[in-house]
Amino acid sequence: MSAPTKMPGAVEAVLMPFLNILVALLVSGFVVWSLGEDPFFALSLLIEGAFGYEEAIGYTFYYATNFIFTGLAVSVAFHAGHFNIGGEGQAMLGGLGLTLAVFWLGNTAPLLSVLIAILGAAVFGAGWALIPAWLQAYRGSHIVITTIMFNFIASALLAYLLVGPLQRPGGQMPESSDFPDGVGLMQFHEVLAAFGVNFEQSPLNVSFLIALLAALAVWFMLTRTRFGYEMRVAGKNVHAAAYAGVSVPRVTVIALMMSGALAGMMGLNELLGEQLRLIGNFTLGYGFVGIAVAFMGRNHPLGIVLAAILFGVLYQGGAELAFEMPNITRDLIVVIQGLVILFAGAMPHLLRRPVAGLFARLRVKGAA
Amino acid sequence: MGVVPAIETRELCKRFGAVQANDRISLSVEQGSVHGIVGENGAGKSTLLKMLFGFYQPNSGDLLVNGEKLKLDSPSDAMAAGIAMVHQHFMLVEPFTVLENIILGAEGQPMLDHAMSDAKAKLIGLEQQFGFDLPLDTEVSKLSVGERQRVEILKALFRGADILILDEPTAVLTPQECDQLFDLIGLLKSRGKTVLFVTHKLHEIMAITDDVTVIRAGKVVLRTTTKDTSPDALAEAMVGAKINRAVERAGVDHGAPRLRVEAISAKSDHGYQALKDVSFELYDGEVLGVAGVAGNGQTELLEALAGLRQVSAGVVHLAGEHVNSPQKLTDPIALRRAGLAHVAEDRLKAGVVASMTATENAILGYQREKDFCENGLLKLGAISETANRYFESQDVRPRDSSLPVASFSGGNQQKLVIAREIARDPQTLIIGQPTRGVDIGAVTKIHDQITELRNAGKAVLVVSADLDELMAISDRILVMCEGEITGIVPINEADECSLGLMMAGAAPSDERQGSGA
Repeated sequence: MSAPTKMPGAVEAVLMPFLNILVALLVSGFVVWSLGEDPFFALSLLIEGAFGYEEAIGYTFYYATNFIFTGLAVSVAFHAGHFNIGGEGQAMLGGLGLTLAVFWLGNTAPLLSVLIAILGAAVFGAGWALIPAWLQAYRGSHIVITTIMFNFIASALLAYLLVGPLQRPGGQMPESSDFPDGVGLMQFHEVLAAFGVNFEQSPLNVSFLIALLAALAVWFMLTRTRFGYEMRVAGKNVHAAAYAGVSVPRVTVIALMMSGALAGMMGLNELLGEQLRLIGNFTLGYGFVGIAVAFMGRNHPLGIVLAAILFGVLYQGGAELAFEMPNITRDLIVVIQGLVILFAGAMPHLLRRPVAGLFARLRVKGAA
Repeated sequence: MGVVPAIETRELCKRFGAVQANDRISLSVEQGSVHGIVGENGAGKSTLLKMLFGFYQPNSGDLLVNGEKLKLDSPSDAMAAGIAMVHQHFMLVEPFTVLENIILGAEGQPMLDHAMSDAKAKLIGLEQQFGFDLPLDTEVSKLSVGERQRVEILKALFRGADILILDEPTAVLTPQECDQLFDLIGLLKSRGKTVLFVTHKLHEIMAITDDVTVIRAGKVVLRTTTKDTSPDALAEAMVGAKINRAVERAGVDHGAPRLRVEAISAKSDHGYQALKDVSFELYDGEVLGVAGVAGNGQTELLEALAGLRQVSAGVVHLAGEHVNSPQKLTDPIALRRAGLAHVAEDRLKAGVVASMTATENAILGYQREKDFCENGLLKLGAISETANRYFESQDVRPRDSSLPVASFSGGNQQKLVIAREIARDPQTLIIGQPTRGVDIGAVTKIHDQITELRNAGKAVLVVSADLDELMAISDRILVMCEGEITGIVPINEADECSLGLMMAGAAPSDERQGSGA
């Protein structure tokens, strides 16, 4: 702890994550090599698969959109000193809120339906976070435990609704009817086509822009508003917060509701942008990946956007890689993702001491 | 005997990044002597101790124990070499008994029953040899602070230590407990043990040490036998220049009390009765010092006055307004607006957010004031200007308010906190431990500032564990023991002995209570 760990800001923000990812790739490369495949070729396939053609780029950013929402959700709670691992459940409820709004309003005024649906996603996500937040703030129940339990409850609730009242009439799958015609978010190829630009069809849709706006809003909230300030104080030191007259329980509840709202908005991308119906377990673990994204992005909105894109690359490029290389299965892609999470997310300080030591030595030499 | 020093260091150096914490420290501690080490906070005392105890490894230089050159890679190496350290904050497991604490980590065998009975036999021998009377089967949580310290010392002896390092051992003791400790140190010395005694209290050095080494800015500046020196000479060596401690005082103006505390009681976080029926008044133009051994209700008193702890009985009035009672608690923001500033006693726990920047900390508690915030948005420009103004007015160094508060020294952190709290010209100040962890140069400045505030007619309440400090700056001293006031003494009638008795809960010898009220 007492070792010199101060480094220039740019090193901290750019070099360290880069080195961590490099280590993860080295280890992954070794795994690929031990399976008898060429790791360099595998890497080129991964990158080709993520960026090589327009559809691939679309998918990469489509996945990244999910991760931006869930990563921001985790980071907002984290700045308030809490570990919200209920992003998965909050996203499911967000999807439910969105769906209910869409079916309630229909397509008489599609734009209004969409706007209310976005609001519905945020409100339901926030509402699902409210109960664990309140229990944490006023009853001392640990938010990690309650949010995990709420993930299960959300999943069960969705399963019940999708084989019951919300199920497509006559259908067998756990999914709702299609959204009314015209109610949905425009996809990128449609937007670009409107400007006369040809872009291959992909699920990438305007929720990517909404996600970027959300990142900007989170950054503004954290650094420019009094609430953000009080929230960060409470997150770092509850005693200092009390000393400064901040009501820690109130801040906890509001921050976690913001977190839940962000997680809930993940449904925009999946449901309103692509599926155009509610399907069971549409969240596919993105809520959990958000934890890794937030850690890797150092809980900074810009870092989260970059980390989310990296995960988008791993998801999309990884799928291509598994398809192209027979020895590399989907499971191995999960291993590679796991390694990136391990080195860049869970062990961000692995290389800190040696690098900091190097810089300290350089500085001493420079000063001498 | 005495030819080979028990501990010798030759040109010991330790650097942290660009900071030379210890610069060619050469020290020689004779066997069977009591050797004092004095220095300001930040002078490098703790770095030196940590090297002697194997926490840190020197960058260069040699360490010799009983004439043998040693490399201590960890505290267990130091322990094996017969060196033990009694930390300022005791390393004891409170729910364990004295015996369990002593054998912890030195059980020597997997079956506890045997370890316990073997240890007990050995301990009874040690207790007789060194005149301890500790109840071995009592839980440490039931012992007084002085007794806990003796448990630490007994633990060291049990492990066969010949050299004991005592790090500021008197900081938490009443004067009476100090005397007991000094008796014990004398006995240890007569039994051939070597004691390294670290303190910043010069009269203690004069009272019990044989030799003394003064450290300033990482270097040894004075090495002498105690009988050949004086407190003034030591103080001068420690600080580097003559210090003038005389502060002008204006007379106290007794108008209506600024703060009136009426029979308040309050519970601690752990649910016990921390304040019992406490009543006093604080007037404009005075400094009321609150003395007491740490943990006797001073923390809860500060919190009750600062709007952080609701009382269970009684009332607190600030300028005639009722601010804390079982029915009503005025929050800290409203209290600040009503002219009450609070310097938290545990700076890092409550007074600042260490990982946030100095600029961000400059508005802590004032974040809702119009100068810093409008319509929920922070005025970053104004905030950063304010922080820079605080840095200038209090001479906070380094002059970079974008650094996290954790990277400033304790003294500079405290200067920032004080700048923040006096910026709005509050009429009432409640200050906890104004100079804890602050170097002696800044101590003088802080004391002068408190006196200036008092002379400007402010009402100031200071809680401190340092009796010398309270004697230097207070007009009256209020003594607390076990949550009750055991005396309120005007400064001209106060002496350390009677205050010490009150701190230990003994009734004041004569009728001094209530004077000045």
